[in-house]
Amino acid sequence: MRLKDLPEEELFLQGSAACQGCPGSMALRVAFKALGRNTLLVVIASCISVLQSPFPVSALDLPVLNMAFASGGAVASGISAAVRRLKKRGVFTEEPTVLVWAGDGGTYDIGIQALSGAAERNTNFIYVCYNNEAYSNTGTQRSGATPYAAWTTNTVSGKQEWRKDVAQIMVAHNVPYVATASLAYPMDFYQKMQKAKSIPGTKYIEILAPCPPAWKFPSEATVQVSRLAVQSGLWLLYECENGHTHYTSGTARLIEGRSSAKPVEEYLRMQGRFRHLFSPEKDEKRVGEIQERISGIVESLKFTAKMREHIMDLEIMPRP
Amino acid sequence: MSAKDKRKNVKAEAEIGFVTTISFPSVGSAGQTGSWRIFKPVKNEERCNECLLCWIYCPEACITKKLSINYDYCKGCGICAVECPRNAIQMVKEEKQ
Repeated sequence: MRLKDLPEEELFLQGSAACQGCPGSMALRVAFKALGRNTLLVVIASCISVLQSPFPVSALDLPVLNMAFASGGAVASGISAAVRRLKKRGVFTEEPTVLVWAGDGGTYDIGIQALSGAAERNTNFIYVCYNNEAYSNTGTQRSGATPYAAWTTNTVSGKQEWRKDVAQIMVAHNVPYVATASLAYPMDFYQKMQKAKSIPGTKYIEILAPCPPAWKFPSEATVQVSRLAVQSGLWLLYECENGHTHYTSGTARLIEGRSSAKPVEEYLRMQGRFRHLFSPEKDEKRVGEIQERISGIVESLKFTAKMREHIMDLEIMPRP
Repeated sequence: MSAKDKRKNVKAEAEIGFVTTISFPSVGSAGQTGSWRIFKPVKNEERCNECLLCWIYCPEACITKKLSINYDYCKGCGICAVECPRNAIQMVKEEKQ
């Protein structure tokens, strides 16, 4: 599969109310290309509710249901049940895909209860969380996804806690498909969306969305920042099918040793939300803490991959 | 129907006392967003090798797959110029009209 094989049809229309360099609209475009027109979209309160722009027009060329913060999983369960019933009656020739699009606030903090319930019932839908690591829509308040030492309006000298990992929480739900994606690797994201479409049951995909106004970097650097997050090992790209995790594109190269990890400092320096770590003087302690944690994770992944290869070579276990 | 016509339609409906509460998809739902732009992307045809990276990275769908730029709605974010591997897109300052 190559870039030129992607469909030309645009379901995200030009002239929306999104900011310049918006990661949300960029991710929506690729997702719509993968899912096609036969999709029912549920939008949880986030920037995506805003960028559709004011009544009577909308920038999304799909049936859209704008819903309250806490209801992502619940609404999808209802729509999915209706779709199943209508299919039985023979209303559809082809079953539509139910897609929930939520931000990190609607997933990590407010929406996790409904999402967990829907995942436990194994409702047939795709849940996409576009994670910009703060409540950017309402003016950058801290969320459960905000990383350590990042500035938000409630954590002026940097957040003191580490972020939680909802993708791993979803893996623990034993759902059929969990994946993480990055804007800098659109083909990887496209293939993951297509795979999610083909699998019945609950699918969870999380995409890192560097937000220019909230993270405080120039609008043209959205893709650069996403790429650096993967190359430094801060954001891991993987997909987990029925409990078997394997790493993809940038992260796979990092773990197999085909590319060396970039220093985290390069990623932090690009963003204004980490400026207090570097001016007036560099905060060696906190930058060191972040680097140590990231290197630890990457090293342990490298070790696990090596051990797995070693066990495979011994031929105790059958190769998958 | 353009976004402007749809807004007019709603006004006409309101006068009769009936308004549909569903939004309909339309290009330019937030107006001519090209007016937000300070820098304008200009493509150099000779350098371009049609890798399509600008097409997939454009957040506003303003670069078509045939690689023509729609200046009516391009917000001038500059992602295409930064991501172009052959520097075929340059950001040029807009002139006052």
